[in-house]
Amino acid sequence: MFFETRKLSVGYSGRVLVRDISFSVDRGKILSIIGPNGAGKTTILKTISRHLERIAGTVTIEKDSLFRLSGKELARRLSVMLTERVDPELMTCGQVVAMGRYPYTDSFGRLTAKDRAIVSEALRMVHAEELEDLPFSHISDGQRQRVMLARAICQQPSVMILDEPTSYLDIRHKIELLDILRALASEKDMAIIMSLHEIDLAAKISDYIICVKGDRIQSCGTPEEVFTGDFIKSLYDMECGTFNTLLGSVELAAPQGEPDVFVLAGGGKGIPVYRQLQKNRRAFSTGILFENDVDFQVASALSRYVVSAEAFNPVPELKLKEAKALIDKARFFLDSGVKIGVHNSFCKELVGYAEEQGKIILNSAEELLAEAGRRLIV
Amino acid sequence: MNKFKVIRYQLVYLVLLLLIALAMVLNVNAGSVSMSPLRIFKIIFMRFEEGSVESNIIWKIRLPRSLTAAILGGALSISGLLLQTFFRNPIAGPFVLGISSGAKLFVALAVIFIAGRFGGIPPYAMVLFSFIGSLISMGLVLLFSQKIKSMSVLLVIGIMIGYICSAVTDFMINFAKDSHIASLTYWSMGSFAGVSWSALGTIAPIVATGLFSSILISKPMEAYQLGEGYAKSMGINIRLFRLVLIALSSLLSATVTAFAGPISFVGVAVPHIAKMLVKTSKPIVVIPATFLCGAAFCMFCDLIARTAFAPTELAIGTVTAFLGAPIVISLMVRLSKGKH
Repeated sequence: MFFETRKLSVGYSGRVLVRDISFSVDRGKILSIIGPNGAGKTTILKTISRHLERIAGTVTIEKDSLFRLSGKELARRLSVMLTERVDPELMTCGQVVAMGRYPYTDSFGRLTAKDRAIVSEALRMVHAEELEDLPFSHISDGQRQRVMLARAICQQPSVMILDEPTSYLDIRHKIELLDILRALASEKDMAIIMSLHEIDLAAKISDYIICVKGDRIQSCGTPEEVFTGDFIKSLYDMECGTFNTLLGSVELAAPQGEPDVFVLAGGGKGIPVYRQLQKNRRAFSTGILFENDVDFQVASALSRYVVSAEAFNPVPELKLKEAKALIDKARFFLDSGVKIGVHNSFCKELVGYAEEQGKIILNSAEELLAEAGRRLIV
Repeated sequence: MNKFKVIRYQLVYLVLLLLIALAMVLNVNAGSVSMSPLRIFKIIFMRFEEGSVESNIIWKIRLPRSLTAAILGGALSISGLLLQTFFRNPIAGPFVLGISSGAKLFVALAVIFIAGRFGGIPPYAMVLFSFIGSLISMGLVLLFSQKIKSMSVLLVIGIMIGYICSAVTDFMINFAKDSHIASLTYWSMGSFAGVSWSALGTIAPIVATGLFSSILISKPMEAYQLGEGYAKSMGINIRLFRLVLIALSSLLSATVTAFAGPISFVGVAVPHIAKMLVKTSKPIVVIPATFLCGAAFCMFCDLIARTAFAPTELAIGTVTAFLGAPIVISLMVRLSKGKH
């Protein structure tokens, strides 16, 4: 493998923070480190970029030990993007980017035509050509991250290490930045190692994931291997809420208590209703959802009881009974506006059943909240 | 670096050189014994009237004094620039951080205990003592800087170290001989006067070494502006670089203190003026500009000190503070405005 750590222990002043770190990244691949705050993600990155002394173990880059390379040689092979705030006075963005040529320029730091071409290309890769002559102190956080990334590109490394490159960026800039990183990995054949806070993005951008918790690597592998079941919940010790590994989305905790409303959902109509009810802390039951329905993913996280049925098959009688039992327990029946077709005709039956049972039939979460409020006052 | 910028740098250098030349003429010209510029020109360049009173005034007093002001002013400014780079703080300077006071203390020790016993002290020994003094107070500041990350606290510590050194100096002056007291008091007020050609022979090589060494480390200095982490990632040996920075700035400010006494505000204010003039912080451009600017600044300050209330001469520190402090204040205001 191109970049490899073996039995690496990292920490500060001899005190081990994370031990037995073994991972490897190939050129053109992205590895993300995830884990709770204070788990030692930054410490690992600082050690493998030689900002911190290692405690034990080896790190190799193209079979050469990282710790034997000269400063200049290392700078030509590995560049970094740090979280420390950069505040150089009177420097244009172009000058900041050109600093990346440091390991290549002469003793006075003079740029050659080739250096200048590399600077322009780096600016182009991060879509920041227009920033070249602007003072670095005058640009936004998102632009700064891109300029600092261009600086790291200028070093023409084969390995790039980034510490939380997406922090403080809004969603648009986060996605732009990750998109650039993906392009870098493939176009420049670079190995990229970074720490990320956004587990959903980590799953989508990374080829490998390693999870740090406690004093060791809890899990590593491809996102598909790592993001299974309740793994994220246990990695972050989440006590409430869930992380949907399939969709990569975060859901808040389900409202507690016995549900007094049954939501008839399906085909995505249920999700906005679920969210509305969750925000108002109103417990609900819902059904009948096929297991491949997008509503099912959210309902499993937010509702107290879900009646679900196997996809691509007729709904068995048993499931209908289950749903009816839930309707019996509820005061309200909320039709989220499901489109009823040939394969979900059971909906018609459920609406009919609710009417028969004298349930209050409603058509939106707002109606329910208003109705419930009115009844409470009376 | 495009053509337009290079022209700007050259223009700034040229203007500063002209200012230095002008200050030189004015400085040599000004004084209680007035002489026509033509006569001065003849005395300096054609060795006219050798041995006359006028010739002696120019050759033994005015000329060395002007050159001292130029060289030491430049040295002090470079020292400030190096410290500002080191601490990455615009307010750092040899006077602010107590380095000048440490040097002052050791020079006082040298004058009282060595010059008193052996009847004199050679110029290079003065520099040596001054250098030791500045290294000790610098060492103290650095010791604290490892524990304290807050720049403002560090500055306060530097100022306090300065006060302690001054207090010890004053304490010793109390027990010194009258003749020493007079010279020490005069010296501690700061002045470019009384520097002989032989002393200049010590000063010039030291300052030249400091200046050229600074230019040699201008590449890592530029990278260091991005912070320690990035500098390290570009292959700079941070420990060695910081050591060189400290040694150079201490050597330069020690030389100044040894010969002209503690001079405030030049080290803080001049680097900023220089950066504003060249509109860049590229050290390779800023270092020469700072040196020239410091030279011009101190020559004009010395001119004011000599002429403003003639025949009474002001202490050079009085003038530099008077001109330098408002510059520092306006700078701070500008900087804090820029941050919001």
